[in-house]
Amino acid sequence: MSQERPDPDALLKRVQAEEVRQSEGRLKVFFGANPGVGKTYAMLEAAHEQRRDGVDVVIGVVETHGRAETEALVTGLEVVPRRVVEYRGTVLQEFDLDAALVRRPTLILIDELAHTNAPGLRHAKRWQDVQELLKAGITVYTTVNVQHLESLNDVVAQITAVRVRETVPDSMLERADDVELIDLPPDDLLQRLKDGKVYVPEQIQHAVKNFFTKGNLIALRELALRRTAERVDQQMEVYRRDHAVVRTWPAAETIMVCVNMKSRGPRLIRVARQMAADLHAKWIAVYVQIPRHLRLPQVERDRLVQTLRLAEQLGAETVTLTGDNVAQELLSYARRRNATKIVVGKPVRSPWKEWIFGSVVSELIHQSGEIDIYVITGEAGEGQPLIRRSLRRTSDRSGYAQASLGIVIATAVAWSMFPYFAPANLIMMYLIAVIVVAIRSGRGPSVLASVLSVACFDFFFVPPYFSFAVSDIQYLLTFGVMLVVALVISNLAVRIRQQAELARDREKRTGVLYAMTRDLATHRGAGTLAHLASKHLREVFDSQVAVFLANSEKRLELQRGEQLYFEFDPKEAGVAQWVFEHNERAGLGTDTLPGASALYTPLVGSAGAIGVVAVRPTDSIELLDPDRLHLLESLVNQVALAIERTRLSEEAQQAHVRVETERMRNAILSSVSHDLRTPLATITGAASSLAEEQGILDHAARRELSRSIYREADRLDRLLKNLLDMMRIEAGAVRLSKEWHPVDEVVGAALTRLEGRLRDHSFNTTFPIDLPLVLVDGVLLEQVVINLVENAAKYAPPGSAIDLTASVSDSDVVVEIADRGPGIPVGEEARIFDKFYRGKFAREGGVGLGLTICRGIVEAHGGRIWAENRRGGGGVFRFTIPLLEQQPSVEAERAEPKPA
Amino acid sequence: MSGQEVTVLVIEDEPEIRRFLRTTLHAHGFRLYEAVTGGDGLAEAKSRNPDLILIDLGLPDLDGTELIRQVREWTSTPIIVLSARDQEQMKVAALDLGADDYVTKPFGVNELLARMRAALRHVARISETRGDSVFTLGELRIDLGRRQIFVSGKEIHLTPIEYKLLTTLVRHAGKVLTHRQLLKEVWGPLRVEEAHYLRVYMRQLRSKLEENPAQPRYLHTELGVGYRLRTE
Repeated sequence: MSQERPDPDALLKRVQAEEVRQSEGRLKVFFGANPGVGKTYAMLEAAHEQRRDGVDVVIGVVETHGRAETEALVTGLEVVPRRVVEYRGTVLQEFDLDAALVRRPTLILIDELAHTNAPGLRHAKRWQDVQELLKAGITVYTTVNVQHLESLNDVVAQITAVRVRETVPDSMLERADDVELIDLPPDDLLQRLKDGKVYVPEQIQHAVKNFFTKGNLIALRELALRRTAERVDQQMEVYRRDHAVVRTWPAAETIMVCVNMKSRGPRLIRVARQMAADLHAKWIAVYVQIPRHLRLPQVERDRLVQTLRLAEQLGAETVTLTGDNVAQELLSYARRRNATKIVVGKPVRSPWKEWIFGSVVSELIHQSGEIDIYVITGEAGEGQPLIRRSLRRTSDRSGYAQASLGIVIATAVAWSMFPYFAPANLIMMYLIAVIVVAIRSGRGPSVLASVLSVACFDFFFVPPYFSFAVSDIQYLLTFGVMLVVALVISNLAVRIRQQAELARDREKRTGVLYAMTRDLATHRGAGTLAHLASKHLREVFDSQVAVFLANSEKRLELQRGEQLYFEFDPKEAGVAQWVFEHNERAGLGTDTLPGASALYTPLVGSAGAIGVVAVRPTDSIELLDPDRLHLLESLVNQVALAIERTRLSEEAQQAHVRVETERMRNAILSSVSHDLRTPLATITGAASSLAEEQGILDHAARRELSRSIYREADRLDRLLKNLLDMMRIEAGAVRLSKEWHPVDEVVGAALTRLEGRLRDHSFNTTFPIDLPLVLVDGVLLEQVVINLVENAAKYAPPGSAIDLTASVSDSDVVVEIADRGPGIPVGEEARIFDKFYRGKFAREGGVGLGLTICRGIVEAHGGRIWAENRRGGGGVFRFTIPLLEQQPSVEAERAEPKPA
Repeated sequence: MSGQEVTVLVIEDEPEIRRFLRTTLHAHGFRLYEAVTGGDGLAEAKSRNPDLILIDLGLPDLDGTELIRQVREWTSTPIIVLSARDQEQMKVAALDLGADDYVTKPFGVNELLARMRAALRHVARISETRGDSVFTLGELRIDLGRRQIFVSGKEIHLTPIEYKLLTTLVRHAGKVLTHRQLLKEVWGPLRVEEAHYLRVYMRQLRSKLEENPAQPRYLHTELGVGYRLRTE
């Protein structure tokens, strides 16, 4: 299928990858077939050349192995001092990553990419150090030999019979911007070896002879050359793709590799990776957990974890499925993921066993349909399970006691039935007992029960009675069948039991996920969510859990909840920060900073890490189980999503508030400018006629004009006061200076103030003489009363009375101001307290702030304010002021007679 | 006020307010001296020895309360404070330091004149009569000499503290008295912070004297400042 234009998606992906690369440093690999071809030398020469061009070059680590020519090249270059690490009494000189990061050269030389770091350093492997240097934008020159490449590890081992333990993921070589092959013909190399120019550590002297044979060297050289050529091919392909020269690859293939407990994992994984690389396919490593895997010993389960980890390192996606039938699960998953090829290991069961029980592979082959199945042989020694499946003690001693008891009961029942039933029926009693034991107590006790039931049956019910001797030979067949039936039944029952356990386990996991998701969905605020998350994680993983969230300065902050966090020394906090910055899992059980006491997982949001979850398990083996890790991952993902969601909604809220504020500001401006200008217009007009009148106006007219100036000025004054009060309340600048006040006094003061202004209305006041004192800001409360009374007066018809009352209800004093005006339009009872809201019946004057101010003040006192329509017409406004338990003490006056 | 012109010193930095005071007070028969800064005002007060001083609390050079403190060092001339609305605390401080009364800007001329008259009358009363005067206002009659109080002709019995509170207000009738001043006068210097004592006794007093305590005719509350016994 040829295509005219480059595939836009692929191009986009590449552009994105390029962008990441742009910010990272460049990687140049000096690639060789064997030690001794002169990689370090070539690297140093290249470094000198760069230095001559003015590049800031530093040696991170270079092993000269005492060779004079190499050493000569080291001089003149700055060297980052080594970090001295003591490990089990040996002093190791390691590359100091932190010093290099601080020094920040443009170019750094790192020899021996495959080197394994001393324990206690940040990364387990040197290539991880290099990754970090690259991420920091530093260009790296490094050296590596072909046998250290992860995917070639097996091939090299096959060729040389020496297995190399230190490996580098192929992705490092693929990621390299430049790969320079340092080639030396085998004969020259052997000559150099003879001249002692190749460094060989003492401890492997004996291996060298095997390694440096001409045949090996030729094979390795070919490998290295081929690998380099492949790379060139790839580059060419990418180039052509970008320029749409040739057809693109067929739709990306997916390869699935099945890992199982039989520990051939690593080889399978490498083969699959090689296939995936050759086909440029995506690949998935799948493990199907079946019930009996639960009983496998820890060692084997650990090995599985390592295999899956290896797959992850090599770029695979790892998946754990649960089910009873491996082949079915694999195939259905493969179909779901559109996998075109399945890679499995060759079965190790003996042929007759396979013939009886069938094997996963044959089942796969029979049912795979359009999917290709690749069956890979295992390596010698690796094929056999190292440890035979050992019975996990599914039962303890009490199980065996129960088994014995069960048989005793069965015997007793059978004994009572003995006179009436044929012996064959009595066997049924025993079978029931075996089933019960198998379900309750597991495999061991059920086997015991099976054997015991045959023995008891023989002893009690087969003549001669009370003896194990058998008179009728026929019974031997009965015993045999009975034993087989009992064992089969017990086996089936145990299987059922395990299935149930597994289902329960899965159910529990789903439940956990559901419970947490639900909890997270119903809460808001990053802090609360972090707290909930740590609570759930702690319960699920039986671990101490801490959640860190990044603040605006990109620093992690520990989210505290009661007893949910553990003590952090700065080193642990450093791990968390590292995980956050690199967006990678680290700590316990990983390759990075494995010395940490907890496993640190980044909380990844849509735009990078937003925090880190630390889990310190009580049982670290259990946490590192792939199943548990997957569960942890999905839970952590949920948490990240929830936190991101709450953050986004907070942001949206803030944006909304900003818009609202803006709208409000506009409303203020238009409203205020109108309301300020109206009285000003009157004042200006009236004052100018007075100023320029030249005797035209009579006394009454002048008086009228002056009055209107006075009135409008007063209105302006009140308007300004309201605006200022409002601003103060809004700005939160209102400081309540609370004192003990009688409510009636406050109301009285307000009415006194209003006396001059509200001549058209009368006031009816009803205040119980024993009203308790309230702790309020008197001046502000007076303002509330003034505003409410003014509001009432605005609507109440002239001559009508405004009623003011106060009463005590429960824990409040309720003040009520009622008028006989038109009342409040239905549906506006709450809105009239909104800022700048003007009711349907609003009168001139006022900007719609008076009631808002009232609400602000009342709420600041912890009270409530609301409006209702009054029975018989009119409106009623009520507000409450909370009463305090403790009234202030007023020392009673000594009862003295008034001095006459 | 007996025939001879009353002199008033205005210490105020706003020219328009000075102009308005000048015109108005002059028309009401006062003689005005003006000062723009606190420093000038102090000098003017010493040289002119006015009958009454109006002090703006927001002077550019000197804190109004500081000016009052300095004036009070050498004279008891009545002082009326012109305060803005957001100067509540300063207002109370000014009163506690010896200012006689205050008006809040913006104020009407009637209000100012009433305050000025009350302050001047107070001086006159202290200098003229003592002890045996009788105070009447509406239905309220207080005979200080006989220690008798009547409302609508009916004698009212007060407790000693109520009586002391009332007579203190009577002695400064028309003037505002701060909580502090009243507490100090009635309960002594130990209770000056416990304003609720005052409020409780004030309520008792109102319930005995006022027809409707929630709409007092005689005993006015100035929230945040103190109390005032009305004179007119």
